[in-house]
Amino acid sequence: MARLNVNGVVREVDAEPDTPLLWVIREQIGLTGTKYGCGIAQCGACTVHIDGAAVRACSLPLSAVEPGQKIVTIEGLAPGADHPVQQAWAELDVPQCGFCQPGMIMASAALLAQNPRPSEAEIRQEITNICRCGTYNRVLAGIKRAAERGQSG
Amino acid sequence: MSIDIRAPRPSRRAVLAGAGLFSLGFHIPFAAQAATLDAAPAAPEVNAWVVVKPDETVVIRIARSEMGQGTLTGLAQLVAEELDCDWSRVTTEYPSPGQNLARKRVWGDYSTGGSRGVRDSHEYVRKGGAAARTMLVAAAAKGWGVPAAECRVERGVITHGPSGRSTTYGAVAAEAAKIEPPKDVVLKDPKDWTIAGKPLKRLDTLPKLDGSQVYGIDLKLPGLLNAAIRDCPVTGGSVKSFDAAAVSGMPGVKRVVQVGDSAVAVVADTFWRAKTALDALPIVWDEGPNAQVSSETIAATLREGLDAEQAFVGNKAGDVAGALKGAAKVVEAVYGVPFQNHATMEPMNATALWTAERCEVWTPTQNGEAALAATADAAGLPATACEVYKIHLGGGFGRRGATHDWVRQAVLIAKELPGTPVKLIWTREEDMTHGRYHPVTQCRMRAALDKDGNLTGLHMRISGQSILASVAPQRMVEGRDPVTFQGLNPGGPEAAIGYTIPNILVDHAMRNPHILPGFWRGVNLNPNAIYLECFMDELAHAAGQDPLAFRLKLMGNHPKHRAVLEAVAEKIGWDSKPPEGVYRGICQTMGFGSYVAGAAEVSVSDKGELKIHRIVAATDPGHAVNPQQIDAQVAGSFVYGLSAALYGACTVKDGRIEQTNFDSYPVMRMDAMPAVETILMPSGGFWGGVGEPTIAVAAPAVLNAVFAATGKRVRQLPLKDTDLRRA
Ligand code: FES
Ligand code: FES
Repeated sequence: MARLNVNGVVREVDAEPDTPLLWVIREQIGLTGTKYGCGIAQCGACTVHIDGAAVRACSLPLSAVEPGQKIVTIEGLAPGADHPVQQAWAELDVPQCGFCQPGMIMASAALLAQNPRPSEAEIRQEITNICRCGTYNRVLAGIKRAAERGQSG
Repeated sequence: MSIDIRAPRPSRRAVLAGAGLFSLGFHIPFAAQAATLDAAPAAPEVNAWVVVKPDETVVIRIARSEMGQGTLTGLAQLVAEELDCDWSRVTTEYPSPGQNLARKRVWGDYSTGGSRGVRDSHEYVRKGGAAARTMLVAAAAKGWGVPAAECRVERGVITHGPSGRSTTYGAVAAEAAKIEPPKDVVLKDPKDWTIAGKPLKRLDTLPKLDGSQVYGIDLKLPGLLNAAIRDCPVTGGSVKSFDAAAVSGMPGVKRVVQVGDSAVAVVADTFWRAKTALDALPIVWDEGPNAQVSSETIAATLREGLDAEQAFVGNKAGDVAGALKGAAKVVEAVYGVPFQNHATMEPMNATALWTAERCEVWTPTQNGEAALAATADAAGLPATACEVYKIHLGGGFGRRGATHDWVRQAVLIAKELPGTPVKLIWTREEDMTHGRYHPVTQCRMRAALDKDGNLTGLHMRISGQSILASVAPQRMVEGRDPVTFQGLNPGGPEAAIGYTIPNILVDHAMRNPHILPGFWRGVNLNPNAIYLECFMDELAHAAGQDPLAFRLKLMGNHPKHRAVLEAVAEKIGWDSKPPEGVYRGICQTMGFGSYVAGAAEVSVSDKGELKIHRIVAATDPGHAVNPQQIDAQVAGSFVYGLSAALYGACTVKDGRIEQTNFDSYPVMRMDAMPAVETILMPSGGFWGGVGEPTIAVAAPAVLNAVFAATGKRVRQLPLKDTDLRRA
């Protein structure tokens, strides 16, 4: 049994130590907002925060998560889903199918936490998640809007 | 985001108004959906399309599937427009395919492809909304004992003018349900629309922001088991043997089952344990007759087709052979496109629950009715004993429409565990290697120019794979696959060529490799636009003429094609010099009932690195139901089209697809994404799609700009295989 702190709640999970964190979150903990898209750290659909940093959970085995680390998933990003990134996304109608969006939002929120005023070039460099529907330009606009919001408020 | 919406106005450019539509979003709470099949609505329906609850919530039923393209919101807008309800109270739900069957297809066609979500159903859904309005008003008027004609409606509030009394839709809905439906209704003139045609927000955004949207892959049911599957890597091969005992003791494993002739699945308590055991499972394949096929052998077969005697004719006028013989100059080039995988972000998946009496399936599908047919077939039960619950799609792009191979697999697995729901999830690797691929074709272009550089003859010989021959042979016409000629037809409302060429022959030598084809967003319009529009550019250069001017000379009889082309030319500044080091390309086509054009600005560094700075895309879809969603569709279509043009190729070796994941099948990411400026110029009078057409102009606009920048003509895609460094 491993103990994980997910969205502020400590849970016991029963999974083999080499199980990727993604599948522990989805199948043992039952939080399905974190998505499977590739399983090899290519697409970012599985992005979660570990101690505030964006991590691709499909490529992190359960055994590599330290007991004290705090994991946050899309469900726990902000109470009432009112993180500035989520607000900007709602205003700009960013998602199409939406499948990549939890990962996009988590990656964007982590970027802004680390770099509250990213340049457009930095955003393009840092957000490497795949969206097959092609929402990139609205994602870009959404991050800029959330960054402005962060500064003014 | 940038959208330039052009209202209808009389002008030299002709026709600019309205806008076509593809569609918007929608969400069914899972609990409601997974509950019972025949769960009656809490309030009686006014008609098949509309339910109004006592709390004034308006539930609009949507038959087509939402997969990101916005059809759900768009269709709801059309119903709500005629209904005159309060848009802020609108929700949506999918009636199930089984209910459609039981009610004699009252909701019509469920198929969601070919950019048809809105354009094929706008009329009957609007009539559904208008009929419901008539019944609601009649119910109120009856209650008051007044003529219905004296009542008016605003945002779901019915008012009797002379007496000033008013009531609401919610209050009269139960009575309205008992009223005889009107025989005929009059639809609004689109110019009077206040809900449809407006850039409204999607209805399905919020659950996509906090992880609460349930996709097929997320489905939970009591007692659910999970399955991972491996199909024979070579299509046409089969399972020889497998050693279930080697993995049956692994954690969580419940069963190891053969699925049909060609696949093996492991069923376990969790997907990860099923996949882990499957990876460890020894399987011996009989790779069958196709194990020697490679991209090279396929290319050789297609090359042979370029010169073959026999070919199906798609467009013919005049005497091409004569024109070529008498030409001052003959220009010739061979182009080719590879297989592409849809690569929806959510891999294929389905959950099935089978008993001897009944089979239920939960799956993301673009065509609930086809999923139901596949379910019944695999279950060995009549369709009336089956049901399909459509779950939100994490992308479709054509993969989840025509064939339901994954549904069949899920049902066959569930059949081995009667009474237990089993969720089958494909790994990305399974998805990449068992797709229904964008067909492979080559094309020989041969043109005659006269001494003044006028195009007098064109022979376009397409050689390669037919989608219909594999997917829908019943739609073939005397052996010919009409879809092959998308965008090249002599006329018609769907996909006509935009040039008048006195001597023309477009024909198709069908060559079908064993790799299975499918409808891939944009379908045959994509390669056809590359072939024709890149070659038009070649011809303009051969004639020493400007690529825009060269085209316009041929477009006198094609005002709508011409209007979109001129619109992008004007917006990109074709007549002015581009910034230093930046080069432009331009193109146009017609498909899915819409007229589209694209222009690109690119630069290529000394190292041969391509940068796309700017895209301008114009669409005339006739009518536009939601301009901001059309803008999203157009921007997204460039991601899809350019991913294929720049990087995408599924190659074949030893009979199997070589690419297994996004590391070997790269797609466009944000770093390469250009700004996209959308021009929406609906000219009214027809309904075209918007989910696909502009994909087709993505590649030729960029490839023509690449030629302008480098002098290199990329004729075999993807572009990454060409060294763009200046020679
Ligand atoms: S699923 Fe983890 S990066 Fe794709
Ligand atoms: S919104 Fe569909 S994959 Fe990004």
